[in-house]
Amino acid sequence: MIQEKIKLAAHDVNLWFGQKQILKHIDVTFPERKITALIGPSGCGKSTLLRAFNRMHDLVPDARIEGRFLLDNTDLYGGPLSATQVRQRIGMVFQKANPFPKSIYDNVVYGLKINGVPKEQQHEIVVRSLQESYLWEEVKDELNKPAVRLSGGQQQRLCIARTIALRPEVILMDEPCSALDPISTAKIEELILKLKEEYTIVIVTHSMQQAQRIADKTVFMYLGEVVEQGPTASIFNNPQQELTANYVHGRFG
Amino acid sequence: MRQARREWWNSLGKQVFRLTGVMVIVVLMAILGMLLWNTAAFFLEISPVDFITGTQWDPSSSDAQYGILPLLVSTCLVTLGAMIIAIPIGIGTAAFLSEYAGSRLRNILKPIIEMLAAIPSVTIGFLGIVFLGPEIAQMTGQSNGLNALNGAILLAIMALPTIVTIAEDAIQGVPQSYKEASYGVGANRWETLTKITIPAAAPGILAAVMLGVGRAIGETMTVLMATGNVSAFPKGFFHSVKTITATIAIEMGEVPYQTTHYYALFAIATVLFAMTLVVNLIGEHFVNKFRKYQAA
Repeated sequence: MIQEKIKLAAHDVNLWFGQKQILKHIDVTFPERKITALIGPSGCGKSTLLRAFNRMHDLVPDARIEGRFLLDNTDLYGGPLSATQVRQRIGMVFQKANPFPKSIYDNVVYGLKINGVPKEQQHEIVVRSLQESYLWEEVKDELNKPAVRLSGGQQQRLCIARTIALRPEVILMDEPCSALDPISTAKIEELILKLKEEYTIVIVTHSMQQAQRIADKTVFMYLGEVVEQGPTASIFNNPQQELTANYVHGRFG
Repeated sequence: MRQARREWWNSLGKQVFRLTGVMVIVVLMAILGMLLWNTAAFFLEISPVDFITGTQWDPSSSDAQYGILPLLVSTCLVTLGAMIIAIPIGIGTAAFLSEYAGSRLRNILKPIIEMLAAIPSVTIGFLGIVFLGPEIAQMTGQSNGLNALNGAILLAIMALPTIVTIAEDAIQGVPQSYKEASYGVGANRWETLTKITIPAAAPGILAAVMLGVGRAIGETMTVLMATGNVSAFPKGFFHSVKTITATIAIEMGEVPYQTTHYYALFAIATVLFAMTLVVNLIGEHFVNKFRKYQAA
């Protein structure tokens, strides 16, 4: 196998909420322009790990983090990057579609305004982002409609458009399809596979099928630890750990 | 036997509560009825047009004038001043409590602010006379500082607990997911607060403001003590004014029973009632709208 370039990595990461340790000695890498799936039973810490990469835990007063998070060998914590800079380079799509209570257009343009993109470029980027998230054809005539009137799947694609409008390097996705029907899910998966050409994608999922359909690499977590990581096919067909085998074969979880 | 006794107590309880419930409604309706009845009696003697457009309130001279405008303008002036002071401070405090203060600080500050509401209005009026009045007099070079500005500042203090409490609830109620989405695209706290959180909480904040206005319009003792009560047409914040509430409180004690002047006080009370009713209805409307939106 050709050695892949590592885009994003965590080294010996420990994380506590108050007294409770959520992540234990996490060592994990995410290859560039690939899709990596984080799988594991509920409460295993996969969402917590995901959110640590774009410093969402900065907002939680009693969270304590040890270890290193690296984006292209630049430290995400304690390095030259501020939290807002980290979040510009590492975008996030949340479990439940969370468009702002604004119009479709304003949802996408918000991040551009915040980050000082020149006004004359904004419109073009909004249009391109909506096109890239396969939403443009459905909304091009009603860009001023409130975003909450879109269907669940459309809302989630809008959230993806909002994220890619900033041209991040990495997109984190926290179970983006868990609230969607199969057709909307298929559309989002198609979109994610397309986005892989330009972005490094990390996706938390509860669906084994989804991981196998879209992920190049899979990381299996259990009780705050990474049990096993590797190419998706080998995790599912030839797991090295018994725990992994039991989980991917649905014997627990 | 025992069973019959229990049944008897049970039905007695029901009757007692029904009685108290009905009584409250009857009393409130009776007050409203009395207001309207006496107002009607006033309008049999003075034309409503003169009442509404008259620029002079001078019921005790031989050529008595019953124009509500100076009183109405006074009330509006003091309320407006109070809101100009209280709205930014109130929303700012609410935003600080909800978004910046840690949970420990909030748990200390919020009860203290709510306790402000428990200070008797006469105490605040007293502050206006002995402290704020002289300060304003000195700053403006007037002989005394009992004017609209004094009343406005005191009313702002009195309206703040209401505004802060309700606005804080509204800001607190904005879904965390909106804030996360905003942080997620690289916004900082200030941008998230001003561009996402406060707009999303706007209905609740509007409700807070309206209920604060309602409190300020109806407040009597403080403005009576602090605003000087000169019934000339109000000229501005640095002049004495006489609000509707103060007028009723001062003149009701001296007016002969069932004279035009007596009825006139009921008429201005009805106007005041209508104003607070409208303001509170608007406030309630926004509170309900906000609740609905929160549930969604």
